[in-house]
Order: sequence, then structure tokens, then C-alpha cells
Amino acid sequence: MSIYDKLFPPKVYKLSGGKEVSQKRSRAPIYVILVLAMSILSIKVTAFNPTTLVARGNQFFVILGKMFPPNTGYFGSIVDPILDTIKMSLLGSAIGSILCVPFAMLASTNVCKNRVVVTLMRLIFSIIRTLPTLVSALIATFIFGLGTIAGTTAIAVFSFSYIGKILYEEIETVDMGAFEAMEAMGATRTQAFISSIVPQVLPSFLSNSLYNFEGNVRYAAVLGYVGAGGIGLILNEQLGWREYPNVGMILVVLFVTVFCIESVSRWARKKLV
Amino acid sequence: MNERIEKAYEHRPKDWIWHLTIAVVVVFLMLWSAGSMETSGTTTNGGRMALNILKGIVNPDRGLLFNLTMQGVPYLLLETICIAFMGTVVGAIFSIPLAFLSASNLTPKPVAFIGRILIMAIRTVPAFVYGLMFIRVTGPGPFAGLMTMSLTSIGMVSKMYIEAIEDLDTKILESLDAMGLGTWQKIRYGILPQLMPNFASTAIYRFDINLRDATVLGLVGAGGIGAPLIFAMNAYRWNEAGSILIGLVVLVLIVEWISTRIRVKLTRG
Repeated sequence: MSIYDKLFPPKVYKLSGGKEVSQKRSRAPIYVILVLAMSILSIKVTAFNPTTLVARGNQFFVILGKMFPPNTGYFGSIVDPILDTIKMSLLGSAIGSILCVPFAMLASTNVCKNRVVVTLMRLIFSIIRTLPTLVSALIATFIFGLGTIAGTTAIAVFSFSYIGKILYEEIETVDMGAFEAMEAMGATRTQAFISSIVPQVLPSFLSNSLYNFEGNVRYAAVLGYVGAGGIGLILNEQLGWREYPNVGMILVVLFVTVFCIESVSRWARKKLV
Repeated sequence: MNERIEKAYEHRPKDWIWHLTIAVVVVFLMLWSAGSMETSGTTTNGGRMALNILKGIVNPDRGLLFNLTMQGVPYLLLETICIAFMGTVVGAIFSIPLAFLSASNLTPKPVAFIGRILIMAIRTVPAFVYGLMFIRVTGPGPFAGLMTMSLTSIGMVSKMYIEAIEDLDTKILESLDAMGLGTWQKIRYGILPQLMPNFASTAIYRFDINLRDATVLGLVGAGGIGAPLIFAMNAYRWNEAGSILIGLVVLVLIVEWISTRIRVKLTRG
């Protein structure tokens, strides 16, 4: 019985049979108070002000209005950067997803029995995953110079941690019977892993990798801002020059690209699972 | 035994052509992507750079990390939390009507389709574009960041909400109908209990993501921890960047741990 139940004793119903049933009081007030307190603090810190929003809200649509109609003549200059963005995400996602496999193996408790290694691997995955993509991209531009390699590296690093985490969770829920049987027949751990666990996790691994790729195309648009190549580069440039019709065109192209990629990948994922 | 295995192998589906095609396509795509990788070529001192970065992160600026004024890491983190929190709340609230409008089991097909396209369009625009647009409304600062966060949240949150709404068990509504309940009672006892855990779980998950993505806001001056971090990195002040990064990573890990626990509790009821 928790403190809350002592403060607000459960409601007791007397049934017609003479039996007493107690219903615990709703916890909702605690959550409401917590959320309200947090909201008030947030409003104080961020100077959130709905009246400004209503009064000046139309300003938001000024830039949006200038983007229409998009400048279709600018399409020619967009093709290369958008292809770069797709290539960056494709290669980055592939490298990340493949590289993470051995590490995910070491991070799952049923394959790797060494607790220290498992904890260490998981810690590495978590830390890399929390590192903002923008920061890894910026660091990559310092190391590899401006260009698409930096963007690819940043995407690979993110994919590595993201797919890695999902993969080790997936490996842990796998049926271990086949793995044990393989080991009993004299196969090494790696051999057993390849022929008993891989077939079980492969469909969801591929599906997640595709999903990750979809998301990365979207993410890659931001990377250009720090000079890591792709569509973000010209987006940033055109925004800086206030060429809003061109910005509109870039966004339209980005939208269509993302839409196509998502449709294809959704189709492929449906076939996989 | 061996015969049986061989027989089983013979009966395996023969789809190697399909697999080969996929393999060729994938390899081709990889080569195509790798072919155009380029760099402006400052690779010579890249290694030294990486070492410096590592050194900075290992020796963070402790003065900044435990500085309790407005410039210190704790306050910046608080500001980031507040932006992410309020952004999630506002985004989640706006998502509710949008999700109900785009759920294909409630609204006619064309309306639902337009709603979905709109949600996708909102999702596609990069955060810093919204940031710039909101700065016109609110001026630079955390307020603009908050609005950006809420708009970028709408995309994902309403998508998850739509899924929750489409999975609604309508049999419960029928039985409530049979019991003679009114519309509001049906919403209170039939729909809310089904949707609330899912909605709350999605919002908490998005809060996690917003916290992690809040660095992007710093690019356009929309508040949060991003701006000091990027300034520090661009000025090669790795100790400062290290202390901010450590603060951010620790915060995100803690929040993630708490939110996973809450979400597990929510889904198990």
C-alpha cells in the first residue's frame, strides 16, 4: 500500500452479497498537478505568450506566402543536391546498419554471456544515440572537411546506434532452441548465430534499416546547414538570400522525394514482414 | 537423416533470381552513392582534430558545467527541457483535432487523404525553416524554439494518434450504446480509456525526441542549448563543448530512462 492510498483511502463498495470491494483512488490528480507545474515553469522560462501568437501569427505565413508559387525554373539546380542527399542517406544507413551487427551481438545477453561486455556495449550505443546528429555532423566536417563524406559519416554514426539498439533487443527475444541445438552439434558461436539467429531477426532488421533510411533522408536535409553536403546546403543558402520562391521549390522537391522513398520503402517493408 | 535433410533442401523455394536481382540493385545503389562522395579536403590534420575533440570532451570545462547563472550548463539544460516540454504539449494538443480529421474510419476518404498529405508536408520541412519563420512572429529566443518544436512534433505525433484512433475497438461503443449511454458518456467511458494511454505514451516518446533534437534550434537562434554548443564547437573551444555535451547526454539518458519506465507502465495498464 503506497503513501497515496493511505492519504486518500480506496473507495469501498458494498455488494448485495455482503462482500466488500475496494477501488483505488485515481492517480490522475498527481499527474495533472505534475504536468501543470511543469507547464507553468516552462511558460515562465520560455516566455510563452499566446497573445503574441494570435496578434503576430500572420507573420508566420508571410514567408510561407512568398514561397508560393515555387520557382520551377530553379529545379535544375536542385537535382544534384537532392541526389547527394539521397546518396548520403543510402550509404550512411547501409554502413551504419552493417557495422552495428557485431556490436549488437555483443550487447545481447543471450549471445554474449559476459555481463561487463554487454553493459559496456549498451552504454556505447546509448551515448552515441543521444549525441545529436548535428553535433556528429559538425565534428565530421572538422575531421573530413566540408562535403558529403561528413554527412555520410554523421548518418552512419546515428544509424549505427539506432539500428544497433533495436537489433540487440530483437536478438534477445529470439527463440534460442535452434542456437543451443547448433552449439550442441559442435558449431561455434558465430556459426550458430549465423544459421539460427540471423534468419529469425533478418526480416525485422531489414525492415528497420529501411525505416531508418527513410528517416535519414529527412534528417539529411538539416545536415547541410553545418556544411555536410546535400540539399540543406542550398536550402540554407537560399534562405540566407531570402529567395523564398526557390526555397519553396526546394521544399516541394524534398516533399516529393520523401514521399516516393517512403512509398517504396513501405511497400518493401510490407513484403518483408 | 542426411537424405531427409537433402530432400528438405531440394524442396526449398527456388527464388535465387529474385535474391540476385535485389543483391545487384543494392550493390549498384551502394556503388552509385559511393561514387559521388566528396570532401573539400582538409583531411591531413583530421586526425589531430579528432584527438583535440576527444581531449576536450574528456576534460570538460567544470566551471561551466556547474555554473548556476544564466550562462551555465544547468540553466541552458533547464531552458531546453522547458522548450521541449511545452513544445510537446502544444504539439500534442494541435495533433488531436488533426488526427481525428485524418483517421480514415471516422472521416470521409478525401478529407482523410488531404489530412494525411498535410501531416506529411509538415513533417518534411526541416526544423530550422520553421525556426526562421517563427522568429518573425516571436523574435529570437526560446519562444520561437518552443513553437518550432510543437510544429515539428505535430507530424509524428498525429501520425501515431491516427493509428491509435484507427485501432479503436468499436464493439465497446456498441455495447455502451446498448446500455443506453449518451454521446458524452460514450466518449468518457468508451473512447477516452482506449486512447489516453496511447496518446500519453506517444507524447512522452516525442518529448524524448524533442529533447534530443533541440540542438537544431540553436542554429537559427531559437533558444536552448544548441547555440552555445555550436558556437563553442565552431570556435574550437572543445572544453566548453565537452561540458555542454556531457550535460546534454546525461540529461537525455536520464529522461529516456524515466520515460521508458512510464511508457512500459502505461502500456501494461
